[in-house]
Amino acid sequence: MKPTRFLNRATPYLFLAPAGIILLFALLYPIGYLTMASFFDWRMGTPFADAVFYGFKNYAWILNDPNFHESFMVTITFASTVVVLEMVIGVGLALMLERPIRGMSVFRTIFILPMMIAPIVVGLVWRYMYNPQFGIFNKTLKKWGFEPIPWLSSPDWALPSVIIADIWQWTPFIFILSLAALQSLPRSSLEAARIDGASEWQQIIYIKIPLMMPVLVVAALLRMIDAFKVLEVIFIMTNGGPGLSTEIMSLQIYKTAFVSWELGRAAALSNILLVIVLVITLTMFLYTKARDARMARIQAAVEQY
Amino acid sequence: MSEIILENVVKRYGNVAVIDGLNLTMEDNEFTVLVGPSGCGKSTTLRMIAGLETVTSGEIYIGGKPVSHLEPKDRDIAMVFQDYALYPHMNVAKNMSFALRLARQSKTEIDKRVKKVAEMLGIEPLLARKPAQLSGGQRQRVAMGRALVRDSGTFLFDEPLSNLDAKLRAQMRAELALMRQRLEKNMVYVTHDQVEAMTLGDRIVVMHQGIIQQQGTAEELYKKPVNKFVAGFLGSPPMNFFDGILGESEGQLMVSGDGFTLPLPDEVKARIQARSEKAVTVGIRPSAFLLSPASGRQVQLELPIILSEYIGSQSVIVSNLGGQQILIEVGSDTPLTANEVLSFAIDPESIYLFDAEAEVAL
Ligand SMILES: Nc1ncnc2c1ncn2[C@@H]1O[C@H](COP(=O)(O)OP(=O)(O)OP(=O)(O)O)[C@@H](O)[C@H]1O
Ligand SMILES: [Mg+2]
Repeated sequence: MKPTRFLNRATPYLFLAPAGIILLFALLYPIGYLTMASFFDWRMGTPFADAVFYGFKNYAWILNDPNFHESFMVTITFASTVVVLEMVIGVGLALMLERPIRGMSVFRTIFILPMMIAPIVVGLVWRYMYNPQFGIFNKTLKKWGFEPIPWLSSPDWALPSVIIADIWQWTPFIFILSLAALQSLPRSSLEAARIDGASEWQQIIYIKIPLMMPVLVVAALLRMIDAFKVLEVIFIMTNGGPGLSTEIMSLQIYKTAFVSWELGRAAALSNILLVIVLVITLTMFLYTKARDARMARIQAAVEQY
Repeated sequence: MSEIILENVVKRYGNVAVIDGLNLTMEDNEFTVLVGPSGCGKSTTLRMIAGLETVTSGEIYIGGKPVSHLEPKDRDIAMVFQDYALYPHMNVAKNMSFALRLARQSKTEIDKRVKKVAEMLGIEPLLARKPAQLSGGQRQRVAMGRALVRDSGTFLFDEPLSNLDAKLRAQMRAELALMRQRLEKNMVYVTHDQVEAMTLGDRIVVMHQGIIQQQGTAEELYKKPVNKFVAGFLGSPPMNFFDGILGESEGQLMVSGDGFTLPLPDEVKARIQARSEKAVTVGIRPSAFLLSPASGRQVQLELPIILSEYIGSQSVIVSNLGGQQILIEVGSDTPLTANEVLSFAIDPESIYLFDAEAEVAL
């Protein structure tokens, strides 16, 4: 190979190299550090140099820990429930409110406010609203003659209560994304569907939702990743309780690190969470990829013939 | 299946009346062609018939029933959109069968119809492709196919062949003409193409600025345009117009202008009696200049060739009469050299007169 040809090929990569190296370092250093720490019995307050090498003991310990199993189930339940409900409500609202109605722009602005409030504040507000005596929910229930509900103090109600708060805060995110997606749909395709005899419902199911799909997949993915990492709101509202009923994994990580002072084990737990999120993300990604590839294959086959 | 009547239909956007009091009756099973310059409201008219636009005032009847409060799906129409409006996420076959699937037709019936129409339109090899993988002309044929697979009472076509090459267009035109004879349907067809308009339309409606200028058969419009606009719009190359003054000489009605004096037929004189000295616009079609020696009442005009354009069966000469550029159409086998002066005969019968101000035909 002539040197000029080599240079021609390499030039773009050479230009990219500095940025690439910085990015790689910024990305991999923390993860590398985390992984290294997870192999040590490292206590808070001791320097890392004094930590004892533990091999996979931290991981083995966690995977055998019933508390982890419980927390894992809570996390999965929490994340999947909020994502599904937020998607359904958010997309549903967007479909309903898409048409030009007067005063809608004001309503939209109000509607996305929850998203802008700091999570700590959201946690505090909801904790107060869920208060068994003074909270608005139980007061209202009492006024209407219903039994009060032990929102955050019963193991059965705590998770649903936390889920409701998350839905309140994050449905607007799905809503505005869906609304933007809806408004950018090709108008004339929808008109064609009306001519072709599609009812409102059929337009939604056969035209609108499929065309919004790429946006919806990304929105769901973002929410999923976020839901797995949620911490502050639950920390403030229940601190994981009662029992372990709302102890999602990020809270367990926090407690392992800052309550039990087991930094090595917390690092291992973080890595497990990272792997879970990665697996879910990759699965969704590969699924969409595979679907596209299958479509392309069918297409190619038909064209051959 | 049933006649379509537009009664005093008005469409306003804000204060602008885009359609201004349209009255139009399209008989049962008639092929109506809407023509007019860009922006005259053809698409808007179609979309109002389809129910995609509301009418500001007036009423539309399909089969005697007022429909302006009906949804598009309840009007029994199929439509080809000017911008195709295909479903981007469905392949060609799915695009075409969408309406049939919604109507719960059997799969065999759907397949049969899609196959037949796809064959007719030459898009069979494309059935598995998505719209994004098609060329403009292919998309347009799919849009056409999506309407044609349906069994609606009324078909609305908004410039359905505009993006096809000449050969394909001629082929499609023939298919449409055949289909028209076979199917007993109302068809409303918008086009810019004069040949399409003249060959397909039972009735041609010429629109301008939201108002119908004239409607009738191709021959009626071509031979008896009611005003200068229609005369100038139909016919290619377009009619030549000159300013002129009516006058009488020895009992003969004449029209004269810069560089010409032409006698008018007696029946014209009978029609517009005692209006001499009147300012008029004279219209002469490019094909009315004859290369034969003048005979009978024909008048001879000597005209220079400034430029000639060979367009196959015809040649178009750009010439000059009284300082004004004019177009003349002659057989393409005529030898033409620039700056040569040719002698043309003009038959008084082929002269059109329009009121200089009101522009209506006299
Ligand atoms: N939504 C709208 N708001 C305001 N004006 C509009 C709107 N839609 C169309 N118009 C105007 O209405 C007029 C008629 O439009 P229309 O699309 O019917 O024209 P057309 O005859 O189909 O033209 P073309 O041959 O270019 O397709 C145009 O002047 C256009 O600017
Ligand atoms: Mg148009």
